[in-house]
Amino acid sequence: MSRTIEAPSAGLGDAEPTVPPRAPAPATPVGSHRRRNGRVGWFTYLVLGITTFFSLFPLYWMFVVASNDSSAVNRVPPAIVPGTQFLENAAQVFEAVPFWQNLANSFIVSILIAIGQVLLSALAGFAFAKLDFPGRNFLLVLVVGTMTVPLQLAVVPQFMIIDQLGWVNDLRALIVPGLVTAFGVFWMRQAIDNSLPDELIDAARIDGARNLRVFWSIALPSIRPAASVLGLFAFMTAWNDFFWPLIVLNSPSAFTVQVALRQLQSQAYVTDYGVQMAGIVLATVPLLLIFVLLGRQIVGGIMEGALKS
Amino acid sequence: MATPVLAATATARATRRRGGRRSLTPYLYIAPFFLVFGVFGAFPLAYTAFISLFDWNPIGDQVFIGFDNYVALVADPRFWNASWNTVVIWVLSTVPQLAVALVLAAVLNQALLKFRTGFRMAVLVPNITSVLAVGIIFTQLFGRDYGMINSVIEALGGDRIDWVAGTFSSQFAVSTMVMWRWTGYNALIYLAAMQSIPRALYESAEIDGAGAIRRFFTITIPQVRPTIIFTVIVSTIGGLQIFAEPLVFGGQAGVTGGQSRQFQTLALFLYEQGFRNLEFGYASAIAWALFLIIVVLTIINLALSSRIASEK
Repeated sequence: MSRTIEAPSAGLGDAEPTVPPRAPAPATPVGSHRRRNGRVGWFTYLVLGITTFFSLFPLYWMFVVASNDSSAVNRVPPAIVPGTQFLENAAQVFEAVPFWQNLANSFIVSILIAIGQVLLSALAGFAFAKLDFPGRNFLLVLVVGTMTVPLQLAVVPQFMIIDQLGWVNDLRALIVPGLVTAFGVFWMRQAIDNSLPDELIDAARIDGARNLRVFWSIALPSIRPAASVLGLFAFMTAWNDFFWPLIVLNSPSAFTVQVALRQLQSQAYVTDYGVQMAGIVLATVPLLLIFVLLGRQIVGGIMEGALKS
Repeated sequence: MATPVLAATATARATRRRGGRRSLTPYLYIAPFFLVFGVFGAFPLAYTAFISLFDWNPIGDQVFIGFDNYVALVADPRFWNASWNTVVIWVLSTVPQLAVALVLAAVLNQALLKFRTGFRMAVLVPNITSVLAVGIIFTQLFGRDYGMINSVIEALGGDRIDWVAGTFSSQFAVSTMVMWRWTGYNALIYLAAMQSIPRALYESAEIDGAGAIRRFFTITIPQVRPTIIFTVIVSTIGGLQIFAEPLVFGGQAGVTGGQSRQFQTLALFLYEQGFRNLEFGYASAIAWALFLIIVVLTIINLALSSRIASEK
């Protein structure tokens, strides 16, 4: 059972009230120490201020280097404010690698993985939460158990399988293995378990709805917030993935942005940090935008996930 | 295995509620996961063991050589170097990371904190930054001649450090990248655990005169112990497979983890042997060796983290 603590509101789809959780959530987070006079000390804000600075400075620095020419950054002391050279640096990125194509590849892969994970994980989660079948508990334990297996180590045969399928340099090599994950299945199972009362399913069954109909018309709408958070995580993870795309893609036009960035960085003639950083800015800004818009949901999702584990 | 539906019995009612007669439908729903996991996870993992017994060239011959790959591995100084580097980088990045995350979570866990959501988002920003971006930014910051970090050291009266060239300094730099990316994420995980600690515990400790630091060690840490153990295990499994950070930090000498392999990790060594030298058999042996190291260290850490968390 998970308690909602600043849980992601249903503000992702249209704000439709969800089924109330079984246990009423506490109105305020508990467990923190409260001073008698009720104020939080200045020391706390100092610690958090320093932490925030260290969290954000490298990204600020990314913008500074990306928008200056290298001589400005290589001065002593270096320029510490953004310059006006960003477009020139970005132009060189597009000269060195087919970056529009790489961005498109990343978008296609990330969106399809997000959709696939939401639907397929929800389907499996629904079965684990609401259907009774022999071996259910054992299979669920198996799903959770697979989360601890370091699958990256099987990369050699994984590559051979992709090669056999004829998917080297093909985006399917990235999409298909990412369509459904143990984390997604577990996440959806918990969400359906918490927000879909049996009575609702019973009522639908009495009206003659079959499993798939129940899943599509009742289960999915009732877990929209959890599904959105999972989709968001899946998108960001796929967008940032590097190891696997590096293995199965070897022609620049098939690269995702991450592999293109590595190519940009390891090319002999682009030792210009301004150009490398301009590439990173282009690859990172989409995610930063998502984060600015939906950061609250992402934070809530991580904290909820922690409680469920 | 369809069972006849006996109307008007309790079992029948239960069965009806759970989706009618026994059918294959639920298995169809969970099939996609098991199919994907089987084809791209379980089977390749087992097949790695098989390939490791061969001199396996993807574009040449595959010759069965028994355990020769493992014999060669144990005699290979590059393997021991990569193993040592992996463990050092893992310790340097994980121990401070989890300690800082715990303190950060306790600081964030104050009922009347202002800008709560803003601070939580700020500490999570590094985690949504791609590992490539982190690598390139920090490689620039750690630059010998023009890096910001050396400029600061010089301004404080120290000497410029050639971060990439030195063994410890390069491992420290790589660890910094890992730590920067994961500290905030773990802080949020701890924060979630801390929020479910009953407030009464703190109130009674306060009445007994325990200060904030005392309460942190006697209440908070024991209460979030399961979460600490969880994060230690996850960080062990993930942290021992560090790959992208050293690759990027090395620039053009990235695949070897620096000119003299001074920060080559096992995952990087695996990649070099498998996909640079096309030694699939040898790479598979490295994969199993790394798997073994992960298992052993996970068990050790389980024991250690349970002990530490309970003693406190």
